[in-house]
Amino acid sequence: MPELAEFRAEIRVWLDAHCPPAMRQPVQDEADLCWGGRRWVFASDDQRRWFDVCVAKGYTVPDWPIAYGGAGFDAAQAKVWREECARIGARPPLSSFGIWMLGPALLKFGTEDQKVHYLGQIARGEVRWCQGYSEPGAGSDLVSLQTFGEDRGDHWLVNGQKIWTSYADQADWIFCLVRTDKADRYHGISFLLFDMTTPGVTTRPIRLISGSSPFCETFFDDVVVPKHQIVGAVNRGWDVAKYLLGHEREMISGAGAGERRTTIGATLARAGGIANPVQRADLAHFDIDALAFAAMGEKFLDEARSGRAHPAQPNMLKYAGTELNKRRHELLMGAGGSAALEWDSAATRGGAAARGWLRTKANSIEGGTSEVMLNVIARRILDLPGG
Amino acid sequence: MPLYHTDDQALLAQTVTSFIADQGAIARQLRVWRDGERPTAHDPALWRQFAELGLTGLLIAEADGGLGLGQVEAGIVLREVGRNLTPSPFLTTSVIGVTALASASDDLRARYLPGIIAGETVLALALDESAKHGPETIAMAAERAGNGFRLNGYKPCVINGAAADALIVVARTAGSAVDRDGITLFAVPRDAPGISHDMVRLVDGSLASHVRFDGVECDGGAVIGDVDGGRAVLDRVLAAGRVGAAAELTGVGSGAFALTTAWLKTRRQFGRLIGEFQALQHRAAHLYAELEIADAAVLKAQHLLDGGSAQAEVMVAVAKAKSSRATGLAVREGVQMHGGVGMTDAFDIGLYMKRDRALAEFLGDASYHADRLATLSGY
Repeated sequence: MPELAEFRAEIRVWLDAHCPPAMRQPVQDEADLCWGGRRWVFASDDQRRWFDVCVAKGYTVPDWPIAYGGAGFDAAQAKVWREECARIGARPPLSSFGIWMLGPALLKFGTEDQKVHYLGQIARGEVRWCQGYSEPGAGSDLVSLQTFGEDRGDHWLVNGQKIWTSYADQADWIFCLVRTDKADRYHGISFLLFDMTTPGVTTRPIRLISGSSPFCETFFDDVVVPKHQIVGAVNRGWDVAKYLLGHEREMISGAGAGERRTTIGATLARAGGIANPVQRADLAHFDIDALAFAAMGEKFLDEARSGRAHPAQPNMLKYAGTELNKRRHELLMGAGGSAALEWDSAATRGGAAARGWLRTKANSIEGGTSEVMLNVIARRILDLPGG
Repeated sequence: MPLYHTDDQALLAQTVTSFIADQGAIARQLRVWRDGERPTAHDPALWRQFAELGLTGLLIAEADGGLGLGQVEAGIVLREVGRNLTPSPFLTTSVIGVTALASASDDLRARYLPGIIAGETVLALALDESAKHGPETIAMAAERAGNGFRLNGYKPCVINGAAADALIVVARTAGSAVDRDGITLFAVPRDAPGISHDMVRLVDGSLASHVRFDGVECDGGAVIGDVDGGRAVLDRVLAAGRVGAAAELTGVGSGAFALTTAWLKTRRQFGRLIGEFQALQHRAAHLYAELEIADAAVLKAQHLLDGGSAQAEVMVAVAKAKSSRATGLAVREGVQMHGGVGMTDAFDIGLYMKRDRALAEFLGDASYHADRLATLSGY
């Protein structure tokens, strides 16, 4: 494929010229990422520069059409982009739920106007989105959600409560599952979009065991949502919701993270963190699983982008990827010993190891628990019987 | 290159899948040869059918009359061999033997490759010198004698050794047993004077030989590659053999899994299908994930080997370790979920468990390859 080789050469030259050295340093935690949005404050000039050059080329969402703010890359080109970014360790110029979750759903279910408007905003990092799915009484059993949108002619009047809304306190808009028909469980849900500054919306961060508060409770009190701010048909939001969940699960699985992030044995060895042969064996078995999973991630992305993947496959990736990530952090804590126990010392960057370890415990809960993933695999992929 | 089969590879997979599912089926092959009066390693007629489809020479260069294909294609064949537990010399001959002979002289290639392409010649690898795989230690001596070498030593487990027309023998021509350099590969006819085979049946029904070399004379023409420089050839042989064994393992896993999920959908207890029980569903779903990931690891290793990548070595270790673990889980869960009938010889699931055990050992088990990964990674 000579065209692809030429394309790779071009990308390589461009990255070399435009990706600042500081943006090639490994991402230590979520604070190193650029999330965009109305209230975003760039962490550094380099972060801003990297973001700006990528927005101008459509490289924040390289495989979206050019008309919607992307670069129009096909599957093979997008893979080259990922590989070349991984080769130099380039950080993503923009990370957002808009890119990972809402975008794909809009590309499939949105109207042309919605695509141009919302996708463009996402690609340019202008609007930061959050996800209104779970409720206090609707976790794994998401379809039992009760937040209600009353039909008021030209708008819905939304009342209810969401929970575990990631970064709701920093988000500009929300994509939200709202019950619009109480009589039909699955076909009584609509997928609404609205501004978080709409009167009646309030958020309250939840303090987690890690000490940080990435999740919020979100309350809706007579929130007015215009009728055109719906994705898909009225009462057919569950279809959009499920499709989006596939992308969310793919995101949480870390399938796209590549090899760079996956193995830990060599890094720990260099830092003098391997104390005995049994620990070395644990790390080696982990690294085997991590590299195998990285191959799975690559295979899945290639298959998904060319329409070959089983639609329920993200559930498998999410299950395997999150269990693997939890195991990674258990091993890192073990390797860190007493130093990894420190909670707020400067030397440990504020207890980053311990907090990161605790954070991963949510991986196999958020976006669908491991047990729900296994249910879905059993039912939709293996076709095992039962209700 | 995308990590899935190209159209040509998918076509090959289609052909091979139906051919082996039919001609290589358990009832038609494994059970026949295992239960026959005379111990037989495989069906010579089936091996010729492999040849008619071009499969036996799949890895042989086109210049030598083969198809000039790669590890992905060889893996397609091995996966189906694994899925049907087909007794076949494909791995030892068409992968391991052919990879070794690729480094051999014109004379040696002319002596063996046409027979392999025709489905008449079978090869075996005489490498390991103890019960566990350990190619790092080669003690068997090949001393210079006249124009050639005299081989003395013992190889305790030569898979397919009794059926082979020739053995690829790894022996020491210089240095001490643990030296990397100083080993040499030889192609030795199975009945060369001084060779004795003590044939043993293994747990999976396959046949191996304890092979004793007692002053076996080889002329210089039997040497594959360079004298004392056999390690580089052996490394290539091992990479191909290991990723091939991994591919066959994924086939074994997938065959066992298919039997098991079918059983979950037919066996009734407590007034319902046992596949309705969440305890079993979750175990089956976990197993599905492990098998899928092993498949991906094997395909990645095949791609890297075919592309000549420097990362191939690491990924081959990953592929062999991961496929051993995943398939090991598949056969253990398979027997357990079958319940009592899983313990009977009448049901096939136990045959999968036995084959997995043998393949998991072949060319290094999961702990060998985890250790190797750590070493290659610098820890």
